[in-house]
Amino acid sequence: MSIGDLWRWLVDPANWQGSDGIPTRLGEQVHVSVESVAIGAAIALPVGVVLGHYGRFGNLAINVSNVGRAVPSFGIIVIAFLAFGLGDGPIVLALTALAIPPMVTNSYVALREVDPDIKEAARGMGYRELAQVLRVELPLAVPLIMAGVRTSAVQVVATATLAAVVAGGGFGRYIVDGLARSDYPRLVAGALLVAALALATELLLAGLQRLLVPRGIRLLSAPISHRVTTAKVA
Amino acid sequence: MPARLFLAVDQPWVDWGWLSTHVPYVWDAVVQHLELTVVAVVVGLAISLVLGVLAHLWRPLRFPVLTVFGAFYTIPSIALFALLIPITGLSGTSAEIPLIGYNVLILVRNVMVGLDAVPAEVLDAADGMGYRRFARLVAVELPLAVPAIFAGLRVAVVSTIGIVTITAVIGLGGLGQLILRGLIQDFRTPLVVATALCIVIALFADLALAGAQRLVVPWGRSS
Repeated sequence: MSIGDLWRWLVDPANWQGSDGIPTRLGEQVHVSVESVAIGAAIALPVGVVLGHYGRFGNLAINVSNVGRAVPSFGIIVIAFLAFGLGDGPIVLALTALAIPPMVTNSYVALREVDPDIKEAARGMGYRELAQVLRVELPLAVPLIMAGVRTSAVQVVATATLAAVVAGGGFGRYIVDGLARSDYPRLVAGALLVAALALATELLLAGLQRLLVPRGIRLLSAPISHRVTTAKVA
Repeated sequence: MPARLFLAVDQPWVDWGWLSTHVPYVWDAVVQHLELTVVAVVVGLAISLVLGVLAHLWRPLRFPVLTVFGAFYTIPSIALFALLIPITGLSGTSAEIPLIGYNVLILVRNVMVGLDAVPAEVLDAADGMGYRRFARLVAVELPLAVPAIFAGLRVAVVSTIGIVTITAVIGLGGLGQLILRGLIQDFRTPLVVATALCIVIALFADLALAGAQRLVVPWGRSS
């Protein structure tokens, strides 16, 4: 296969329309990924925030992502498929399960790392507990919470590619079909599209994080790269 | 594609009879799994130590190293396996290059953090004792960075054990082979056994490394 073959595949109008076209496949992968991260966040963030605020069950909140990292994403996808059959439902279920642990751990750590003096000051200023969490602790915790969401989202997009192995859609289709038919342009184009989508997810969420973090805190926040939970499951 | 039409609805999750007659088969998969993992971690560690030390000595190297491997780390493994197939074929090389790259990101960051965290007084003391730059690095700085490196090693080993299953897509896979077989034959036992073994091996490796860390650096409890 030459670069020319790859280029011809990418610009071929036939690959840009229909149920196996790039827009359709992109839509499928983004759809299951967004759904899984949204459901996962709705479950994980409140749990992490509440545990972090009260400082309870810290071992559980930390270890959930250690165990989560040990779970093979490929196995979970296939188990969900054999247990619940075809369709987006089982895939979203499996991806949601993978999305939850990093978000629980990071939001727990984020709330724990809020300076106790600041909490004390908030109490002294007459904030009630709920207002303190919402207006003081959460804004300070945003950078780490968003780092968790980002980690989860990138892993979910990556694992969603594996859905093609269990007859799902998404860009993974090109990789699985390209391999099965020894169609290298399709295989490599699929790989490039998957890589581009993962990098775009990372950059998009990094941008969102910048927007969400109040400016004063952005200046304060030390490099967080070595404090947050990284995960690589796919 | 696996046919869903003939799905045995009341198929048990684990068929112990099948398992008892297939112990050598499962064992071979475990061995292949461990081989793929060990190569990825050991080579990744070697590269990370070299890159981490170079970036420590010459700071401008840090940004390109972290950016390049950070981008690599973001790319899903299945995409990298697929990209390598036209070049290195369905081989161990195609499997190892992405796995090694991922481990380099995890480990090089911890090597850098560990070397950075060596207190200035310690460096002064070493200089006062007459250590030269290289001797100080090997005899003083690297040993003090070991706890941070171990923390990275634990993450790298656990992640690698999980991702190795995906190499089944390019014909390897270790325990991933069993997962694929379960899928293709619509047979739950190999799938469940392989997934459970992966989790057990990963958690056991994590504990073993934690224990090794206590032996190697009894003074350091930080992670």
